[in-house]
Amino acid sequence: MKIINKKILSQIQGAKVTRIEVAAPGIAEKAKPGQFVSVMVSGEGERIPLTVVDKDEEKGTITLIFQEVGLTTKLLGKLDSGDSLYALAGPLGHATELKNYGKVVLVGGGVGIAEIYPVAKGLKHAGNFITAILGARTRELLILEEELKRVSDELYIATDDGSYGRKGFVTDVLKDLLNYKLPTTNYQLIYAVGPIPMMKKVCLVTKELNSKTIVSLNALMVDATGMCGCCRVTVAGETKFSCVDGPEFDGKAVDWDELEKRNRVYADKEQHICRLR
Amino acid sequence: MSQKPVKIKEKKAAERVGNFEEVVCGYSEEEALQESGRCLQCKDPACISGCPVGIDIKKFIFQISAKDYRGAYLTMREKNNFPSLCGRVCPAEYQCRKACVLTRKGSPFASEQAINIHFLERFIGDYGIVNKVGVRANKDADLSKYKVAVVGSGPAGLCCAGELARCGIKVDIFEGLHKSGGVLRYGIPPFRMPRDILDFEINYLQELGAKIFPNLIIGKIKSLQELFAGGYAAIFLGLGAGTPSFMGIKGENLCNVYSANEFLTRVNLMSAYKFPQAHTPVNIGKSVCVIGGGNTAMDSARVALRLQKINAIPLNTTILYRRTEVEMPARRPEIEHAREEGLQFKFLVKPEEFCADENGFVKKLRCLQCKLGEPDSSGRRRPIPIEGSDFEVNCDQAIIAIGLKANQILTRVTPELKTDKWGDLVVNPQTMETSVRGVFAGGDIVGGEGTVIEAMGMAKKASLAIIDYLKKK
Repeated sequence: MKIINKKILSQIQGAKVTRIEVAAPGIAEKAKPGQFVSVMVSGEGERIPLTVVDKDEEKGTITLIFQEVGLTTKLLGKLDSGDSLYALAGPLGHATELKNYGKVVLVGGGVGIAEIYPVAKGLKHAGNFITAILGARTRELLILEEELKRVSDELYIATDDGSYGRKGFVTDVLKDLLNYKLPTTNYQLIYAVGPIPMMKKVCLVTKELNSKTIVSLNALMVDATGMCGCCRVTVAGETKFSCVDGPEFDGKAVDWDELEKRNRVYADKEQHICRLR
Repeated sequence: MSQKPVKIKEKKAAERVGNFEEVVCGYSEEEALQESGRCLQCKDPACISGCPVGIDIKKFIFQISAKDYRGAYLTMREKNNFPSLCGRVCPAEYQCRKACVLTRKGSPFASEQAINIHFLERFIGDYGIVNKVGVRANKDADLSKYKVAVVGSGPAGLCCAGELARCGIKVDIFEGLHKSGGVLRYGIPPFRMPRDILDFEINYLQELGAKIFPNLIIGKIKSLQELFAGGYAAIFLGLGAGTPSFMGIKGENLCNVYSANEFLTRVNLMSAYKFPQAHTPVNIGKSVCVIGGGNTAMDSARVALRLQKINAIPLNTTILYRRTEVEMPARRPEIEHAREEGLQFKFLVKPEEFCADENGFVKKLRCLQCKLGEPDSSGRRRPIPIEGSDFEVNCDQAIIAIGLKANQILTRVTPELKTDKWGDLVVNPQTMETSVRGVFAGGDIVGGEGTVIEAMGMAKKASLAIIDYLKKK
């Protein structure tokens, strides 16, 4: 649980994204793309889920990437190489089904780019043609561009302010790809991770089309082992637990409005505790 | 000999509802002596048969009356490694005390007259803690070469580990969460189970040589095969009933609709009642509805009352239950404690729909009135909703405590483990061995939700079978 390596990937406009490599030989041995771990920074801390972005079985380490959004991620950002996490458990959730779908589009927004990276790598390895679409608010906040370039056959970038790549959203790129460039049936899978509004929009774009859309959800969790149901989400009218039934679901069947609301259930408390620090 | 039962002292309701300190104070020495003196020392004591782990109740009560507290402690520990835990959470009124000869025949639970066996057990357990009456391992040379893996550190896992460690078997306990204790830690609130007591009982296990490894989820980080390959001669599964049930009604996923497990885990395991010193938040409503009639419902409701009090919200927490008070599965003293603390009860009520405000938070709960029909398979009279009896209650927070199902993290990835239609493990009832040779199980993962002591009873049976299994190896 010791942090072996730490790198700040981007820091601008109050947004800070950090990558840490953590010693966890058991998890490194077992983790597969799409899975996550539950992390505690300190004994009085929260348990938060973080995607396993990469792993090195030989070194016995896993890589985690996080953006500082609340108290726990801020405290995690304060840890340095040599510091230890208080608790780390995993790998959790189902792994991505890595098979040859044919052509796959992976859409990553913000820190969600970190989550599509292991999936892109795995799907590339499974023989897929990979198109990656990365989105960020501005150029400095774009992460893992080089890494994703290495595992993608095509890479598109969109920034909200137009400082890099196309000005606009990832969904603008996706729309063009699906509508104009190639017949839509050429894409067998669309895989998206990012802020809820982004994933929701991706699903709106793909809704009319025949391509499968998988999203990886970032529901709030406590134990992350199916014990509490905090992360429940409605998929195709049924209640699912993101932690043990997901985190991946058919994006077109997710009740996004409910998830958006549920993820804000502690918004006032989060603000309060962050103000105290 | 005094004929009147010695009443236990309790903190005043108005005071205790403002904190998470233990409600029930233990017996003083004097009180314990007086209560033990009431025991008739029956020739053929029925109380022992009422104890799922078969503690020699007659003997330890006699030892108390002879002021041989150390002896009483050792008598207890012969059968039960956790007297301070069981003395607090055992539903004695349905077990040893109900079997006590002083209980009126045919009574559904213990009469007031029955000896307060659980309070005496607690007195002795706490005496053992304070006076550090350690129990030595009774090492069996044949067994000490074996290593056994225990999966889960709840009541079943702890009990099995204790029994095995006492014989000198090397025991490694794997716990998925960051703290050990299972439901004793995440489910039972500190005002019923003080954390120092829990820690002491668990530490004692470690003194016996058992090792606890937190943060390891078997089924995720290691398979059963890998455990065997790692040198474990046998495995005990105390996986628990960790998955909360929901009612499947409209609006159940609205904000501030919690499972009891989530609510209690946030407060008990993650210490959300100390927010912001502890970082895990929990919301507390002005009109809290707790749905269910078991111990988990009572615990949730009493936690809710405390959070309301601590946050200066006028106490307004209500239990909604489909049947009536008589059918409530909760322990009688807990119902009484809850009522003293200001809990309200609405009986014969069936929730139909949670209604939201504009932000997706629950605001109202629509219910149907019920009447009682014929007894169902549980022997309790079935609630029958009355058509057209709809009514609404204010509800800005709901806690659903209608039961728990098996935790399937391990069984899902281990198809050779036979499960029943509820996802519980199928075992040989004599040995508690599962469909996989050398893999035993006990607690809520076998036969569904039960009590702490029932889990321990199963674990004990399994531990004897494990010892037998190892000896035949």
